Amino acid sequence: MTGSITTRRGFLTVAGGTALTALPLPAGQGPHDDHPPGGSSDGGQGGSGQGGSGHAPDAHGGINGATFRGGAGVDHTFNGFDPRTLLREFDLGTTSTGPDGRTVREWEIVAEDREIEVAPGVRFPAWTFDGRVPGPTLRCTAGDLLRVRFVNRSEHPHTMHFHGIHPADMDGVPMIGRGIISPGEEFTYTFDAEPFGLHLYHCHVGPLAEHIARGMYGTFIIDPPGGRPPADEMVMVMHGYNTTFDGEGNQLYAVNGIPFVYMNDPIRVRRNELVRIYLVNILEYDPINSFHLHANFFDYYPTGTRLESAEYTDTVVLGQGQRGICEVRFPHLGKYMFHAHKTEFADLGWMGLFEVVEP
Amino acid sequence: MTSAPRTRRTPLWVLGAGAVAVIAAVLTALAVFGGAALPERAGPPIEELAVERTVLTPGTIELALRNTGPDPVTVAQVFVNDSYVDFAGGDEPIGRLGTDTLRLAVPWMDGQPYTISMMTSTGLVIEHVVPAAVATPPPDPDFFGLMVLLGTYVGVIPVALGMLLLPLLRRASSTVVRVLLALTVGLLAFLAVDAAAEGFELAVLGGGAFGGALLVLLGAALAFVVLMAVDRWLATRSATPEGGSSSGMRLAAMIAIGIGLHNLGEGLAIGSAYAVGELALGTALVVGFALHNTTEGLAIVAPLSSARPRPVALVVLGLVAGAPAILGAVVGAAVNNAALAAVLFGVGVGAILQVIVQILPGLRGEGRTVDLPVLGGLAAGVAVMYLTGLLVAA
Repeated sequence: MTGSITTRRGFLTVAGGTALTALPLPAGQGPHDDHPPGGSSDGGQGGSGQGGSGHAPDAHGGINGATFRGGAGVDHTFNGFDPRTLLREFDLGTTSTGPDGRTVREWEIVAEDREIEVAPGVRFPAWTFDGRVPGPTLRCTAGDLLRVRFVNRSEHPHTMHFHGIHPADMDGVPMIGRGIISPGEEFTYTFDAEPFGLHLYHCHVGPLAEHIARGMYGTFIIDPPGGRPPADEMVMVMHGYNTTFDGEGNQLYAVNGIPFVYMNDPIRVRRNELVRIYLVNILEYDPINSFHLHANFFDYYPTGTRLESAEYTDTVVLGQGQRGICEVRFPHLGKYMFHAHKTEFADLGWMGLFEVVEP
Repeated sequence: MTSAPRTRRTPLWVLGAGAVAVIAAVLTALAVFGGAALPERAGPPIEELAVERTVLTPGTIELALRNTGPDPVTVAQVFVNDSYVDFAGGDEPIGRLGTDTLRLAVPWMDGQPYTISMMTSTGLVIEHVVPAAVATPPPDPDFFGLMVLLGTYVGVIPVALGMLLLPLLRRASSTVVRVLLALTVGLLAFLAVDAAAEGFELAVLGGGAFGGALLVLLGAALAFVVLMAVDRWLATRSATPEGGSSSGMRLAAMIAIGIGLHNLGEGLAIGSAYAVGELALGTALVVGFALHNTTEGLAIVAPLSSARPRPVALVVLGLVAGAPAILGAVVGAAVNNAALAAVLFGVGVGAILQVIVQILPGLRGEGRTVDLPVLGGLAAGVAVMYLTGLLVAA
């Protein structure tokens, strides 16, 4: 997109009443917890089936910044996934111990075509892993033996291509190894979890840009052997939707599937607690994306492959496929924006709020 | 038609009713069964919207939409210059040819361009560009007063000025009168072509739901036929008592009506241009139009060189030709509808063509041929309009 005129933002004065809709804090704090859906977030509003946020139309808009019509949210129930809970969901698969004593970790991932509501009232014919955009966050520990059974129930040919170190025939690209997995077929990708760090997976069938832009991507985390220090962990996959399918930029930008979702429902974190953000950029059609956190600084671990922070900053710029781990402690209470500091993307949906509360 | 009247025949109304009944029955059957026999359209829905009117008030941009496509359209979200905005209206799908109004909360800046992108429920984006944001004048008495003044400046006054040349015409020889009539034809021809071009341009803006360029042609044909009928009617009324001078008066009246219909369209264009802030008002515009339209006044009085019209009649002729500019300016500023403007431009074209057809016989000289001075007059008419038209930047 070109020719943007960014809007001055003054969100921090958003009416206090909207905080009622914020998500509760996660129940557990261990890095490997698979948190239950935060259904209680709808409790204060009635209509728990809707899942969308019923904000007053005067919450944003105009000089208060970009917003969907009436500050509305999408129907997460219809979509079958909810970015507000997906944020802290890590799929550890099912584990067993192999004959050599290694951990064997298995997943079944299903490709399916699915229409999702990407903005209130706008349906997008997505191609998905497990019916959601982004796909599930697969998490393992360095040295695990991984078996990913990939079942293609889509009408289109797909693959699963993992970033990491593995043999050529497990790379999930056409013409090499098993190659394309046709509709109705399946294949199990088997490889070792290495190197530790923050990676991603996506479909690699041509036209590649379209298969990615349609929603076929997800996060792939390999924890270092000893794990990382305990933290409130979350995943943020930066992406977009080219709803016109013209291959020229995107009309909607988001983290974790739905634009503006964390504006309506700020991500609650505790004061002074370590927060770890697994940040992945898979944005198609635009050359760069970025992440900027207001009023706080974070340690940045590019690709997560080293345990030492490479940078102490409040803004990082990522090309497609780039990712990194951000670690931050919020010393002050209140609401803090985070958004692409390609502010045009922010105004087109890629913005959100942290809300820091007392521990 | 010519069958023998004696044989006993079915009454006409029975035949008619029978035919209508059969047609209705077949159409109903087609609608019920025929449609089902054909497959649905294979492709995705065709979504089209035309913006018929844009109103800018501080903090708000209002769009009057019309669905110009075959399928219903739902505007789900709107982004302006790549930023999503809150808006009201458009809650329901807009059906074919249906209308709706969106009120966008946009903190727009004076003079800035804005691209308004309407995202439909299917993710299609329909764009509307506001080339330079200018507050739309509120439709209050002051504003309409201004439009009346504008219409008077560009329509009534110049025409009246042109008509002041009548005493000169009275002294002129018949050849000079014929040359002046030729000049009139030249300038009318210029107006017709110019108005047609502008009408086609407007028709494209209108989105084509109501016929696009066809609107201009329809308007022209309709005006031509109606004015022809008016002329016949005037002819039968005035045929008996007076004679020569009345036919000159009749021609002048027809020219005045034609020019009046043209000025209606011109006023409309000026009014809408002003409403969207595209019209630079001021001395240049007023003087330009005055010179341009003074020639129109000359055209009206050209057939009157041998007539002795009463002053009241002259005033009426002047108002018929000039006053529609006032009406046009007011309507144009208030409605600002491209399709309507296209029709009115077409009407002006048809009216002018009809007038040209009427004047042409009078151009022939003694030998019933079109001589050199007349041809010169034709060319001069076109040239004068072109040159004075350059003075008008609207």
